[in-house]
Amino acid sequence: MKPGEKVTLRVWRGSPAGGAFREYQVEVAPGMVVLDALRAAQAAEAPDLAIRWNCKAGKCGSCSAEVNGHPVLMCMTRLEEIREPGPVTVTPLKTFPLIKDLVTDVSFNYQKAKEIPPFTPGPKDPDGKRRMYQEDVERIQEFRKCIECFLCQNVCHVIRDHPEHKPAFAGPRFFIYLANLEMHPWDTVDRTDLIKGQAGIGFCNITKCCTEVCPEKIRITDNAIIPLKERVVDQHYDPILWLWRRVTGRR
Amino acid sequence: MRTAYSVHDYDVIVIGAGGAGMRAAIEAAQQGARTAIICKSLLGKAHTVMAEGGAAAALGNVNPQDNWQVHFRDTMRGGKLLNNWRMAEIFAKEAPERILELEEWGAVFDRTKDGLISQRDFGGHRYARLAHVGDRTGLEIIRTLQYKLIHLNVDVFMEYTVTRLLTDGGRIAGAFGYRRDTGELQVFKAGAVVLATGGFGKVWKYTSMSWESTGDGIALALDAGADLLDVEMVQFHPTGMVWPPGARGILVTEGVRGDGGVLRNKDGRRFMFDYIPEFFKAETAETEAEADAWYTDKKNNRRPPELLPRDEVTRAIYAEVKAGRGSPHGGVFLDIASRRSADYIRKRLPSMYHQFLELAGVDITREPMEVYPTCHYSMGGIRVDAETQGATVPGLFAAGEVAAGLHGANRLGGNSLTDILVFGRRAGLYAAKHARELVHASDPLDDQIEEAARELLAPFAAAGGESPYAIQAELQEVMQEHVGIYRDEAGMRTALDKIQQLKRRARAVRAEGPREYNPGWHATRDLHSMLTVAEVVTLAALERKETRGGHSRTDYPAADPQWGKVNVVVRKVGGELQLDRVPIPEMPAELKALLEAT
Repeated sequence: MKPGEKVTLRVWRGSPAGGAFREYQVEVAPGMVVLDALRAAQAAEAPDLAIRWNCKAGKCGSCSAEVNGHPVLMCMTRLEEIREPGPVTVTPLKTFPLIKDLVTDVSFNYQKAKEIPPFTPGPKDPDGKRRMYQEDVERIQEFRKCIECFLCQNVCHVIRDHPEHKPAFAGPRFFIYLANLEMHPWDTVDRTDLIKGQAGIGFCNITKCCTEVCPEKIRITDNAIIPLKERVVDQHYDPILWLWRRVTGRR
Repeated sequence: MRTAYSVHDYDVIVIGAGGAGMRAAIEAAQQGARTAIICKSLLGKAHTVMAEGGAAAALGNVNPQDNWQVHFRDTMRGGKLLNNWRMAEIFAKEAPERILELEEWGAVFDRTKDGLISQRDFGGHRYARLAHVGDRTGLEIIRTLQYKLIHLNVDVFMEYTVTRLLTDGGRIAGAFGYRRDTGELQVFKAGAVVLATGGFGKVWKYTSMSWESTGDGIALALDAGADLLDVEMVQFHPTGMVWPPGARGILVTEGVRGDGGVLRNKDGRRFMFDYIPEFFKAETAETEAEADAWYTDKKNNRRPPELLPRDEVTRAIYAEVKAGRGSPHGGVFLDIASRRSADYIRKRLPSMYHQFLELAGVDITREPMEVYPTCHYSMGGIRVDAETQGATVPGLFAAGEVAAGLHGANRLGGNSLTDILVFGRRAGLYAAKHARELVHASDPLDDQIEEAARELLAPFAAAGGESPYAIQAELQEVMQEHVGIYRDEAGMRTALDKIQQLKRRARAVRAEGPREYNPGWHATRDLHSMLTVAEVVTLAALERKETRGGHSRTDYPAADPQWGKVNVVVRKVGGELQLDRVPIPEMPAELKALLEAT
């Protein structure tokens, strides 16, 4: 799509009761992203078109949707870079219940967040300060870059294809959150049982869909999920450790 | 027939869930108050996520000479002495404690070699003072507060909008609004309300702010009888993106300049040396050699002029472009590519790297950026008491960008992220105290609720056919042109006339479709806030006949010492706006001495 051309947006519109695609024509401006085009349509002819967005700079993670079937941030998807011919099809995230048009109910994620015991630091250094070294910081900072766009949750097939797993599965967003806590040099809580149990990390079979869609390029699978799985294995399935614990009575 | 609505009952409600709102809610809950927080968007999406550079606090981790006294001095000088000095004092003293507290709640800042919180250089701060995480400090802070908040006893109402504060006998009794997903009307009863609704940059065409920053808090407070202070003081951040058009206005962090980036015009000239004001001459480098030497030897060299306070840099960029020395898309060049290694740039400024590459196809490790000032911050806002953050209406509190006083005529970079922590906490603390000490809670009055409901639902029955977005766009054009970086009497008179016309048109704007998640309907409410803000800012800007900080007038190009002694107050009395000049209280001798220290 080139500036000056008209783009046809094919937007899913409706409510949980049902809906259909509607088409809107918008003139392409240089650098225009899908969100800009939708807002232009909203201003010109569809004021009640429901879209969720805030920062328009890829930092708040509000405008997640599926564009031509790809889960993306609409504010970071430039029309000039869409390679598929034909209209640009925009649909809501598939995994979460629909509210209206492109807006879904993502409260599942907020519920999961609450289930994780909070960061609990140990004592300060004797001089009353706290120290942490940049190399330790960088490991967990990768996870803390997460903008909570929930695209990883949206494409995780454990949630997407098996909603029945939702109560017993935290999803990739919360595996990186857990990895952040578990690898934090000051934290004192052991969440291994939670990771294995209530968070259900065993359901993940490492297809890396989450890593692929992450707009922050967080290596969710390699750097968070696999190390957490290893931690679960070490604590629960290592025969030598198991024997040691039986003998010494230590955890 | 009475309108149907749901009723919620709390001690404290906090409106707005950016940094200030969340910090206030955390404090109120920890004080034992039954607390709710209401936000227009999802939790964790507020404009605080966009803050990049860092949070200023005199921790002294990088420069041991730093302390609260120097931070106080820098803040007051940056604000051109229009600040509430008591707020600036409290702020500078409490800032380090608030930053360290975030670490206890899980925030992970970049470190010094000794393992302490790293601090970076920013404009107007004498020492490297900003605690930071690359260039995504705001995200770190909002996420930390969000996860602290969810483990406390605070009810979160996401995607709810408050359209009116309810009062009883002149004091706060609650708030009225609606929930977005269903369109249902809501009444919140509360002994105290904290407004933490952020800024109002959406009133200008080119802004770094999100759709939410429409100044709702300003309109709510004004309608409830509160005083507004110095609302003419609007900051245009020197560096916003210029191109492509869809990205115009998006912020380019001051960290680029703090880390060595320089500003050049189309001839390659590093023009900031031509714009060093008398007020900052003694502490600013005179030559490129001295400026460059400062990065490695801060003791024996003075700061580069690129790190002057934002208002100075903004005026300089404006002047260069106006003189025909701008870049191809009407900005100037911000160049870090030729000054730092690609590795360093990607490490210190990862989100800038990402933002330019994705949105503009520009690799900032190889090419300069094109930048131009963008509307960024509202220094003015609700008039509050320095200690308690109480507004002039009993039971109403305000914190963060919506409150006025701390930053005076111009905010230093990095002072906002600490402002929200220091005064967010204080607002929550005193709101809880106020609610606890109420002898009997007020009941929101039925007629107020009925009126608020009528007003909110009116667009569905309006006769006109106009889209609210069209009026929004016209308002943004008018404000950009006439009440933007530079202002004058004739332009502002034109703006006021236009605002009156737009107000008339806005009354007939129609909402289409059902109430459920209807952005067009919501935009009719945004219009009310935006038009209110536009009117009070323009009136206050007409009143202040001088140039100071964020307020630059071509017809009064110099700072006037007489105007430096007063704050401009706007309030609504009997439905009419009134302007007042309020003298700034005399500063105690010991604080004055700090200002004069070099």
